[in-house]
Amino acid sequence: MSLLDILFGKKEKTSKEDAKKRLQLVLLHDRTEIPFEKLDMMKKEIFEVVSKYVDIDMSSLEVNLENIEDGKVALVANIPINKRKNDNQNN
Amino acid sequence: MDGRVIVVTSGKGGVGKTTTTANLGMALSNLGKKVALIDADIGLRNLDLVLGLENRIVYDIVDVVEEKCKLKQALIKDKRQPNLALLPAAQTRDKSAVTPEQMIEVCNELKKEFDIIIIDCPAGIEQGFKNAIAAATESIIVTNPEVSSIRDADRIIGLLDSVDHEMIPPKLIVNRIRMEMVKENEMLNVDDVKEILGIDLLGVVPDDESIITSTNKGIPAVMLDNSLAGQALKDIARRLLGENVPFMDLTKDNNTGIFSFFKKLFAKS
Ligand SMILES: Nc1ncnc2c1ncn2[C@@H]1O[C@H](COP(=O)(O)OP(=O)(O)OP(=O)(O)O)[C@@H](O)[C@H]1O
Ligand SMILES: [Mg+2]
Repeated sequence: MSLLDILFGKKEKTSKEDAKKRLQLVLLHDRTEIPFEKLDMMKKEIFEVVSKYVDIDMSSLEVNLENIEDGKVALVANIPINKRKNDNQNN
Repeated sequence: MDGRVIVVTSGKGGVGKTTTTANLGMALSNLGKKVALIDADIGLRNLDLVLGLENRIVYDIVDVVEEKCKLKQALIKDKRQPNLALLPAAQTRDKSAVTPEQMIEVCNELKKEFDIIIIDCPAGIEQGFKNAIAAATESIIVTNPEVSSIRDADRIIGLLDSVDHEMIPPKLIVNRIRMEMVKENEMLNVDDVKEILGIDLLGVVPDDESIITSTNKGIPAVMLDNSLAGQALKDIARRLLGENVPFMDLTKDNNTGIFSFFKKLFAKS
């Protein structure tokens, strides 16, 4: 950062980074024709199905679109499972 | 004649398709190629004006497909550069006045006489776009380093990928880049745009006042000696002919003005 940047109070994160991140995300949705809203609906249903079998939290459930090789896009879910209650009791 | 047919397209309007078409046409004909430019923006004719040929139009592409005149009669030869010709758009009709089949016919006819045909595509993805790409086997995507035009470019890349005639992968021109903003990380750089869109780069054209002044006069910037954008477009023309022209160093900026003077002064601290 130059002195002028400090004087003018410029933030570390620049608008270019915002542009790039936002574009990469919106293009994932455009290319797969999965709007943000639909992904949210999917997330809710995934939660309902999975929580029938294991104990999970909606707040820690992540469902995202990600670029993988060959220009393909993957639906990536990260579903942390809560510790079983008896495990806690045994400790 | 080998008759290459290249469409210049973007999705988003106003990113520089017409400017690019006019300049590449002039540059390629200066390199000895016989070039025909087609203005496919029916109803919003502009390529004639950018080329300074607006006073010479008698017939247009709609007259040709409606057989009101011969193709030869509608073609305007550039007096400054006899290798260059323009087939103007009609101004008082709409995009449906020409069909993709008619576009292909016109191009096949032009291929007999010209080495390269460049089609200036209208903005959008509707009929005008479909007409403009129908005859093309090559495409140039023009984008600005800015979110909306990049998103639209990606859409166009997808559409070109799914056409049912043979087309080679599109090539990218990043137009109107402002190096002083790129340096400050306040504008996407060329590598960012390339990475996001995932297609090969044909060239980078700086945002340059000489484009505006040359367009004012109807003289493509590639005809000027001291235009940075003109030089970038001349380089692109040579790359289109298969030459391996290194990318211009735009970082050696012509950054003047009091603010940048102070910035430079303070830059080392
Ligand atoms: N590199 C540049 N530097 C400065 N100005 C530019 C540059 N490229 C284009 N322009 C200006 O941007 C405006 C739009 O350019 P142009 O008409 O070529 O875009 P277009 O994509 O053909 O637009 P449309 O979608 O309406 O057909 C014009 O005023 C032009 O002079
Ligand atoms: Mg135009």
